[in-house]
Amino acid sequence: MKPIEPARLAGTSIEYADMLLLRFGEFTLKGKNRTRFEKTMLRHVREIVKPYSRARLLKEYGRIYVELNGEPAQELLEALVKVFGISSISPVKAVRPALEEIVEASLRFIEMLNPEPGTTFKVNARRVWKDFPYGSQEMNRLVSAPLLKAFQALSVDVRTPELELRVEVREQQAYIFCESIPAVGGFPLGTNGKAMLLLSGGIDSPVAAWSSMRRGLEVECVHFFSYPYTSREARQKVVDLARVLSRYAGKIRLHLVPFTEVQTSFAGIGQDNLMVTLMRRAMLRIATALAEREGALALITGESLGQVASQTLPSMNVIGRATELPLLRPLVMMDKAEIVDLAKQIGTYDLSILPYEDCCTLFLPKSPTTNPNLQIVEKIEATLPGYADRLAEAAAAVITVEVTPHGDERPADEADLIATVNEEWF
Amino acid sequence: MIYWDYAAAAPPYDEVARTVEQLMRLHYANPSSLHRAGAEAAALIERAREVSAAALGVLPGEIRFTSGATESNNLAIKGAALQYTGRGRHIITTEIEHPSVYESCLQLQQMGWEVTFIRPDANGTVNPSEVAGAVRRDTVLVSVMHVNNEIGSVQPLAEISRAVKSANPRTLFHVDGVQGFGKLPGDPRDFGADLYSLSPHKIRGPRGSGLLYVKEGVQLFPLLSGGSHEGGLRAGTENLPAIVAGAKAVRMASEWRGEFVSRILPLRNRLLAFLREIPEFIVNSSEKGAPHIVHFSYPGMKGEVMARQLEQLGMLVSTRSACSSRLAEPSRVLLAIGRDESAALGGIRISFGDEHTAGDVAALEQALLGAIKALKIAEGGMR
Repeated sequence: MKPIEPARLAGTSIEYADMLLLRFGEFTLKGKNRTRFEKTMLRHVREIVKPYSRARLLKEYGRIYVELNGEPAQELLEALVKVFGISSISPVKAVRPALEEIVEASLRFIEMLNPEPGTTFKVNARRVWKDFPYGSQEMNRLVSAPLLKAFQALSVDVRTPELELRVEVREQQAYIFCESIPAVGGFPLGTNGKAMLLLSGGIDSPVAAWSSMRRGLEVECVHFFSYPYTSREARQKVVDLARVLSRYAGKIRLHLVPFTEVQTSFAGIGQDNLMVTLMRRAMLRIATALAEREGALALITGESLGQVASQTLPSMNVIGRATELPLLRPLVMMDKAEIVDLAKQIGTYDLSILPYEDCCTLFLPKSPTTNPNLQIVEKIEATLPGYADRLAEAAAAVITVEVTPHGDERPADEADLIATVNEEWF
Repeated sequence: MIYWDYAAAAPPYDEVARTVEQLMRLHYANPSSLHRAGAEAAALIERAREVSAAALGVLPGEIRFTSGATESNNLAIKGAALQYTGRGRHIITTEIEHPSVYESCLQLQQMGWEVTFIRPDANGTVNPSEVAGAVRRDTVLVSVMHVNNEIGSVQPLAEISRAVKSANPRTLFHVDGVQGFGKLPGDPRDFGADLYSLSPHKIRGPRGSGLLYVKEGVQLFPLLSGGSHEGGLRAGTENLPAIVAGAKAVRMASEWRGEFVSRILPLRNRLLAFLREIPEFIVNSSEKGAPHIVHFSYPGMKGEVMARQLEQLGMLVSTRSACSSRLAEPSRVLLAIGRDESAALGGIRISFGDEHTAGDVAALEQALLGAIKALKIAEGGMR
């Protein structure tokens, strides 16, 4: 999912643009549902553009134009490439539909891109307004001739050019653009239903969340914490991770589940090597209860095959049987390096590597089994006194926080700490 | 004695001093400790972050606490330079920056960086298009102060920022906001700043605390290594009383700015008009400058001599900025705005605070006349 660098271009035309052209991703292949997808995406784009009061949106078949009217192009671009469902963005210069203005703007475009010698190039003109005096083919020649004369670095290649300058002539305006900046693609926000994701403080689960959102899932997060054995910082770190995710979703619901009681109940059974298996199954059960309450139709985890003992195939088999909901594992076949790369791109990596104890590293056995036996695990769970009640209690004691990109939300039970703050001091 | 040196250090508000004392006594725990007392101290720091962020119109996560503006400026400039060596090794600043910016740039110059120093006009104002003209593809940072600490000139920061960003969107823009905050409108976002330094003791807060706004997404190379305090950017146990009281001063300054200006501007204008009537003086501050700083020279007379004479007459003033006043050389700032060496040696800075009255200004005027007279007699006697 690495953005493709435009070939051998040193500059960028973004600061020259009057508008941004947003192209839709794969959902354009959908038939009847297409309007619903487009509407959702338009709503998301409108949300992003809202703080830029002068910007105007223009919806057209298969694309959205954002007229800048003086708003900062670079900032808007950086926000919009993150919008799910957009496949690419082009900075567009709009001029009057007159040949000399089109040529002049084109010259300025190439000048800003500052192509290296030997860059292959073509002009691709389209005459939408049929009263314009020159045809599309004619325009290709009329625009490319002065460009080739002005820039020695360019050489023509009409089949696979590194640089393609596109001109669209319409009655009101002519649009000129040549860069196509890759965006995240995928499906618009929440258009494929809702799922409950197990969010740890690690590197993987935030990436799993982002990957799921990109496929159009609305994601709610569950985090398990173990006061007083783990710190407030560890939990706040998860809130902060959810905040990064909320940049892509607008808002993330985060359910914080107190897990200490459940966890300590496994301590006395003398089966240390099954601890992780039991813990993961308990988490899935609690998450399932929450999913049912919130109307989510699947669970998502950040598991990746073979990473740790609980992520071997036999382990995943035993753990996965704790829930009847579909268990989605978007990262299951990815290499760690790829996951780290993605975590850096979406902005969760630096938070994820903060070193706080979390409930998974607590009471960790020396040699967790890579090959648990389902029958033994089920037998242990059946003999734990009051096990089902304990799971239900944990699910009931959940603290839910709605996290937004620019908020400063804190879990409700931290209110007592904040209450010690004497406002007179400020 | 009347104190006219608020730009060097402003006396703390009573509420500020009370906050410092109470916090020293009650919240001595280390904010990094895991116990409850530590968590309470940490909560106070986070509240201070929220309060300062609200006063500056930025996000709490964008506020970093330091030991003062000198550290903030050093961290902003050297921290950005060391972090972004991949982008290039060129920095732009002006000839009239505070020593903590100026010297940081000179240090980088010694390390092989190229530094372009922009010269202001005769009023001490920098031309935005001249700054933008100096921006190159490898320019990592542009650093410009809001209000000059010696003569009070004000820089058109929003225009400079826009010009810089359109010349190179990747170039970072740092604003030394120390003398401007609480006196003039505008905050980091209005200026398009990526980095913005503040010092609470210039706005009647405690000393030993400073703020650096670091725009979300901007990375800095830490200058102090150690613990992971302040998001890993500045190691060291937090100075809790100064941080909280500093946030209080920042909040108060932002709330009272309008009142401060409407009270002080007429006093400054009166003093400016008075000084212009005296043929012995050259006024170095412009009418368009900040409302709290008036700077003038008495060519041929060392600033220090004039200042000592005024002290005899009950007026505590400064020669140029306090940070440089023990130097014998002419003022770098005055030379940069085109004054000759004689004028640049003979500068006096008057800086106002919100407690000054028209009566204080009248007393200052009398003292100035008295000082000129006394100095003339002394000069005559020596000849």
